[in-house]
Amino acid sequence: MTRSPHRPTPDQLLAEVEREEVRQRRGRLKVFLGYASGVGKSFQMLDEGRRRRERGEDVVVCALQPEYPPEVQAILEKLEIIPMLKIGSEKIINVPAVIERHPQVALIDGLAYDNPPGSPNCHRWQDVEQLLDAGISVVTTVNLQYLEKLQDEVERITGKRASCTIPRGFLDRSSDEIVVVDAPAIDSLSREASAADSATRLAQEHKLSRLRELALLVAASVIDRQLETYLRSHGMDWSWGVQERILVCVTPRSSAAQMLESGRRNADRFQGEFYVVYVNQPALSQEDRAILEQNLDYARRLGAQVEVLMGLDAAEAILKFAREKGITQIFIGHSMRQGAWRRLWSNLIERIIRSAEGIDVVVYPHQR
Amino acid sequence: MSSSTPTSADSVRDQQPTRPGQLRVFLGYAAGVGKTFRMLEEAQHLKRLGKDVVVGYFEPHGRKDTIAKTAGLEMVPTKTINYRGVDFREMNTEAIIGRRPAICVVDELAHTNVPGSERCKRWEDVQVLLDAGIDVISNMNIQHLESLNDHIFNITGVRVRETVPDWFVKSAAEVVMVDATTGALLNRLKRGDIYAPEKAEQAMQNFFKESTLAALRELALRQTAHELEFREIAEMPEPPEGLSTLSSQKEIRDRILIYVTADPSTAMLIRRGRRMADYLGADCFAVTVSSPRGGRLSVTQDVEGIQKHLNFARNLHIESRTLEGSDPAETIVDFARRNLVTQILVGRPKKQNLLSRLLFTDLVFRIVRKAKDIRVIIVADRRHRPQTASA
Repeated sequence: MTRSPHRPTPDQLLAEVEREEVRQRRGRLKVFLGYASGVGKSFQMLDEGRRRRERGEDVVVCALQPEYPPEVQAILEKLEIIPMLKIGSEKIINVPAVIERHPQVALIDGLAYDNPPGSPNCHRWQDVEQLLDAGISVVTTVNLQYLEKLQDEVERITGKRASCTIPRGFLDRSSDEIVVVDAPAIDSLSREASAADSATRLAQEHKLSRLRELALLVAASVIDRQLETYLRSHGMDWSWGVQERILVCVTPRSSAAQMLESGRRNADRFQGEFYVVYVNQPALSQEDRAILEQNLDYARRLGAQVEVLMGLDAAEAILKFAREKGITQIFIGHSMRQGAWRRLWSNLIERIIRSAEGIDVVVYPHQR
Repeated sequence: MSSSTPTSADSVRDQQPTRPGQLRVFLGYAAGVGKTFRMLEEAQHLKRLGKDVVVGYFEPHGRKDTIAKTAGLEMVPTKTINYRGVDFREMNTEAIIGRRPAICVVDELAHTNVPGSERCKRWEDVQVLLDAGIDVISNMNIQHLESLNDHIFNITGVRVRETVPDWFVKSAAEVVMVDATTGALLNRLKRGDIYAPEKAEQAMQNFFKESTLAALRELALRQTAHELEFREIAEMPEPPEGLSTLSSQKEIRDRILIYVTADPSTAMLIRRGRRMADYLGADCFAVTVSSPRGGRLSVTQDVEGIQKHLNFARNLHIESRTLEGSDPAETIVDFARRNLVTQILVGRPKKQNLLSRLLFTDLVFRIVRKAKDIRVIIVADRRHRPQTASA
C-alpha cells in the first residue's frame, strides 16, 4: 500500500504505456474480493458471468466450489461449464481444455487454491496466469486472508495465517479490476433475537468487522493508485484529497513528540497516510541536531514517511512537497523560541496559511 | 390497561415500549452501481427466511433486471400529490405504519419530497418508520452525504442539493458498500442500462467521467470503512475509572470549536468540522461572536447569514452558541479555554482587497497568536474546482 515517492518521470510514463500494450494482448483479470466466506462473492461473480453471457460474450465456468446454495445453482444452470480434472480426491482446472475451447471469459470461483501434488502447476493462480497469457480474460473470487501482502494485518486481527496465498506480485501485476463484495458482519435483520450474546461471538463479530474494514481500505487504496496514475497521465494536478494525507513539519524546537503523535492519530482515524518533513537549516547547533535526530527517529518509529527537504525558503519547500504528495493537512508547531527567530517563525506560519490553498493548516500549540 | 393480562402476541406488542427499528443503508457511488438491485435481493432473501417484508417505495427507472427483482414482494401503494398541476408519486408512510411489516424497503433515501408532503425529506419519513419499530432497508449514494458536499462539488462540479445528514447515516445499524468497477458502470451507461440516451450524454459530462467515478468510489469505500470503525468504537466499553489502559484510550476527548461568521464559506467550515469531529470522535460546537453594540457594516445581512449558519450547524447536530464580545478573537479564545476546547476551526483568510485582507486576516492570525495553547486549524476552501477540468 505504499506509494511511489516521486512524480513519475517520462521514462516511468513510457514504461507504463508499454505495460499497457502488453496488457492489451493479455486477458484481463477481475477479482471479487471478500472478507470472509459466505459474503456472496460466488453469487456476484457468477451472476456477472450470466449477464455477460446474456449480452453475447463467450463465458465459461472453469472452477467451482464443492457446494452452492440454491440461488447460485440457478445461475449455474444458465452457464457452460468445463469440468475440472480429478486428481485423487481433489480437483484442478483443466487448463489445456480451457485454452483449447478458448472462451472470451473464464469464471474461476476461488483463486487461492493449491493444486494437489502431481498437477502441472502448484497453485491455481499459476493456472490463471496461463489463461491470461493465452489471451483469455478471467473473473475470479478471493478472500482477504489469502493475499500475501495482507498476511501480517490479517494475522494481527485473527491470530491466524493462511497456508495458501496469492503472492504479492501476482495481483499487482495482473489484476485490472477489483470489486469489493461487502456485506454486514452480523446479519441483524435476519437473525432471531438471541438469548445472550456470548463473549466469544462478540469477539468473532469484532474480528469480522476488522477484516471487513481492511477489505474496504485495500480496495480504496488500489483505486487511489489507479486514480493517481490516471490523473497524472492526463496532466491533472493531484488535488482532490479523497485520501487524507497528513504532513507534520518538525523543527528542533517545536513540540515535536506530541505533534507527531497527533499526526499519527489523525492519519489513523482518517485512514490516511502520514508524512514528516524537516527543512534543512544550515547552522544547527550540536544540541539542536541531536534533538532533531531524536524527533525524526520517533517519526519513523510511528510509521511516518520521513523526508529532509532542502531549500532556503522553508515555507516554499514545505508547500512544494505538500502539493506533490497531495497533502490534505499540514501540522506546524508554534515556535518555542523568543525574539527575532520567533518572529521569523510566525512569519513562516502565516505564509504557509496564506499560500496553502486546498490544504488544512493545523497550527499546533506549545508543549505543556 | 397496564394491569390487564395480555392475551395475544399482538397485545403484548402494543403494550411494550416499541423497540426502534433498525436501519440498513446500502451505499453506492453513482446511479447504476446496483444499490436497488442489492436491496431487493436482500428483501427476497429475508422473505425466503419467512420475514414480513414490504416495499415502501421503489423507483424502477425502467431497469429490467431490477424490476424483475420485485417479483413476489408486497408493495405498499404509494400516494399521489399534485403540485402545480403535476402529479408526483411519494411513499405513503402512514399506510406502511398501518400495515406494520417487520421490514420495509425504501428506495432513494436522499429524495426530497414534493412540496405539500407531510415531511420534507424521505429520510425523515424513514425516521418515522423506524420510530414505529419497523426495520428499514434503504440506499443512497456517497454524494448525498451532507459533510461531503463541498468535496463532491470539488470533484464533480455539481452542487448536490439532496443531502442526508451524517448523524442520520450514523444512526443506521449497518452501512453496506455496493461496489462495481468504474469500467463496468461506464459500460452500463453506454449500453443505456442506466439512463435514456439524452440523459446518459448529459451524465457523461459531469458524474460519469472515469476519474470522477473513481474518486467517488474511493470516497464511498473509505466512508463505509469509517462507518464500521465508528460503530466498533461506539460499542467498545468505557475503561473503568482510574484504570490506565493502552495509550490510545488515555487520550483526552477532543473538543472542536467552529468559528461561525456570515461569510458563505462558513457552511463549508461547518461540514469539515462535522467530519473531523466524527472521525476523531470529538465533541463539536459552532460559536459566533456578536458585538454588544450591534454590528458594524450591513447588520441585517450579517445577522441573517449567521443565523442561517447556526441553524445549519444545529441540523447537523452541532451545538451552537452566540457569545458577546467586542473583540471576536479574544472572545473565541477565552471561550475555548474555559470550555477545554482542543481545536479551533477557522476559515482561510480572504484575499480580495487590501482593506478586507487587513481586517479579516487580522482576525485569523490574532486567533492563532492568542491561542498558543490550543490547536488552530485553518480550513482549506474545498469549494474551488480543480484547475484543469479536461478528462
